[in-house]
Amino acid sequence: MFVYIARRVVYVIPIVLSVALVCFLLVHITPGDPLVAILPADASQELAQQLRVAYGFDRPLPVQFGLWLWRALHGDLGSSIATGRPVLAEVLKAVGNTVTLAIAAAAIGFTLGLFFGLIAGYFRDTWVDKVATSIAIAGVSVPHYWLGMVLVIIFSVQLNWLPAVGAGPGGSGSWAWDWEHIKYLVLPAITTSVIPMGIVTRTVRALTGDILSQDFVEALRAKGLQETKVFRHVIKNAAPTALAVMGLQLGYMLGGSILIETVFSWPGSGLLLNSAIFQRDLPLLQGTILVLALFFVFLNLLVDIAQASIDPRIKRS
Amino acid sequence: MRIEKPTKSRLAAAVTMLTLATALTLPQVARAETVLRIGMTAADIPRTLGQPDQGFEGNRFTGNTMYDGLTGWDLSSATKASVVIPALATEWAVDDADKKKWTFKLRPGVTFHDGSAFNADAVVWNVDKVLKQDAVQFDASQVGVTASRMPTLVSAKKIDDMTVELTTKEPDSFLPINLTNLFMASPTKWQALFDKAEGADAKAKSQAAWAAFAREASGTGPWKMSKFTPRERLELVKNDAYWNKDRVPKTDKMVLLPMPEANARTAALLSGQVDWVEAPAPDAVKEITARGFKIEKNEQPHVWPWQFSRAEGSPWNDIRVRKAANLCIDREGLKDGLLAGLMVPASGTFEPGHPWRGKPTFEIKYDLKAAQALMKEAGYGPTKKLEVKTQTSASGSGQMLPLPMNEYLQQALAECYFDVKLDVIEWNTLFTNWRRGVKDPSANGSNATNVTYAAMDPFFALVRFLQSSMAPPVSNNWGFINNPKFDELVTKARTTFDATARDAALAELHAASVDDAAFLYVAHDVGPRALSPKIKGFVQPKSWFVDFSPVSITP
Repeated sequence: MFVYIARRVVYVIPIVLSVALVCFLLVHITPGDPLVAILPADASQELAQQLRVAYGFDRPLPVQFGLWLWRALHGDLGSSIATGRPVLAEVLKAVGNTVTLAIAAAAIGFTLGLFFGLIAGYFRDTWVDKVATSIAIAGVSVPHYWLGMVLVIIFSVQLNWLPAVGAGPGGSGSWAWDWEHIKYLVLPAITTSVIPMGIVTRTVRALTGDILSQDFVEALRAKGLQETKVFRHVIKNAAPTALAVMGLQLGYMLGGSILIETVFSWPGSGLLLNSAIFQRDLPLLQGTILVLALFFVFLNLLVDIAQASIDPRIKRS
Repeated sequence: MRIEKPTKSRLAAAVTMLTLATALTLPQVARAETVLRIGMTAADIPRTLGQPDQGFEGNRFTGNTMYDGLTGWDLSSATKASVVIPALATEWAVDDADKKKWTFKLRPGVTFHDGSAFNADAVVWNVDKVLKQDAVQFDASQVGVTASRMPTLVSAKKIDDMTVELTTKEPDSFLPINLTNLFMASPTKWQALFDKAEGADAKAKSQAAWAAFAREASGTGPWKMSKFTPRERLELVKNDAYWNKDRVPKTDKMVLLPMPEANARTAALLSGQVDWVEAPAPDAVKEITARGFKIEKNEQPHVWPWQFSRAEGSPWNDIRVRKAANLCIDREGLKDGLLAGLMVPASGTFEPGHPWRGKPTFEIKYDLKAAQALMKEAGYGPTKKLEVKTQTSASGSGQMLPLPMNEYLQQALAECYFDVKLDVIEWNTLFTNWRRGVKDPSANGSNATNVTYAAMDPFFALVRFLQSSMAPPVSNNWGFINNPKFDELVTKARTTFDATARDAALAELHAASVDDAAFLYVAHDVGPRALSPKIKGFVQPKSWFVDFSPVSITP
């Protein structure tokens, strides 16, 4: 097991370096001027060149990459061109807000996904299965921003029950798990949860169906085991795959959704990314993508390790 | 122990004391704090350190609120064009012997929010923060949004505590207008933050001091920063000690919330989360007004144009073609249909009533027959169409609805024998290409570009497009216009230092540009905003800016 973990950790290093290289290059090869965020269109070429030198954009790309990577390895992702604030602090604060949203959405999505998936798989080809499957298909098919707007129109504009935008009262900048804060979370969390809910439902339904059709289940039943205990075995066998799917979904959610966060003005990593793209704030854009990519990589690593510790076949291999 | 019965006089005294105490506390109890909550279109709070980013929305919300310039805008009228008025300078004059030197007399008795005095040292310090690279307070991040808006200013010198001398690199009568963009931040506050800052050297400490200053801003403006959460909200409280007593805010607190998505802003307004939104979703205007909210709008100094190529071989070099295009657009139809009333048809950069309008002889209006006749005269017709290509964007700051509007123009111009091709590119790329000009390969064969522009000062509105020396790479004469008459009139306006005579010279220049059909003038933005019926006293001037001081709100 130790060797497996060590091997997986070593694999992460080239992935992280590749991610860093790709995110550095991606924002440099796109057309347009990196100083758009601070340089009005009427600025002279002389002024543009002066600032290009001040920000180091006049240097060759490999030099820029080397310096950027060196500083990044020391925890310095530079400062936002637009605001002058440190990128790392900006990204971590936004990621904090996205994590809050992702936790709430995961709790809703995974609970409902597991519930619908298990009952759909257990009662396969019955009306229960059809209802659960329809909900799952709707979850992955409905456009997020549209669902978000519909929820806002119903619950904020018409009923005035929940706030339409923002991430808490008073802009304190810190989150608390009380109703004053949670009410800001309800609508974006429900909107974010529908895709993982749909995917987990479909995955768990298929797994449950497969496992129930296997010989060992027949054997367990033949032994006279109670149906609840048989079901416990089904869950145990489905868990590793379901966990991997959930981990992947959690990874996507931690990346933040540009659309959902923009619709709800939720100050998370998606909204930050949106802002960085539109302002063409290169340091912020690079920093945000890098941190999000690293989150994804490390989350996958954790999921792999967790999966290995649960699944005896991986442990043995 | 004997307890004495209270006498009548003692009772009376007690009652009086009690009444007095109640009366003293009553105002605090009875009068609730008034708060104005505004949903901005920005994705982040514009920079708060004195020189805001995010274009003029930044100046509107974190510039003109917390800070003042030496000169400012008169925003009190909804019907007259906004003009420059004294602010932290009470008067100014150019040196008769050397027209590059200006003397500004400063307003006495003004203090920054931290209590320090505003004086000549503060002005010199603020000029140096963006122009003097070896000054300790020099901040490269503030240069871009400032230096290009006062392109000729080179230095400032203290004459005495209440007088400064500003120097320009060439005679430039536009300087007082440009100075509305230089906001005075408190040097005392900054120095205190610099002294506390950590950093390897003075440059690092300076950066840290500016970062701290952005969190604890100190200007001389009518509003003071009270709470700042980056990307979430900025809270401002009224400055009771503001030097202009007529402009002490009538609302206790103003909360600014970034909401980049139009539908989110509209939902926030309709659900009562905010009292005021900038640029509501156009298709929600009916719903907004049906619920009793007010839509405020007014013509802004902003132009939605096509800027023509005047390079060799361009089809726009024929004035008949330029005039035909200007006569071929039904701007009223565009306004009433596609834009739901949210535009003003353009008949030039400035409309009648503006001091820089002048008296053009070419009347820009919808006249299909005249347009077709001009095109026929130029050699085109139903069987011989003129192919033109315009570079535009799918979105972008101030571009209004670029694609649908350009498609409208495409259809309209087809009636006048134009075959319009659109080259749609990303907004930032279009912006970058704008600086490069039509002769650069990035123009991609286009002979017109569609970039909206602010027209608040003469340099932005006219000079950078019309003067031949402003061709790329210097500035935004994208199409390489080279008209000696324009050059002559620009010089005349720049070197006329009497404000009335300068305005007359600018009017002459503007009229000449309309007569030459220098652009395809299409629309002016109207800066729509939706306001709660609880808001009173708001005046929407013909400006990018608004004055929040007279605005009151019922709690």
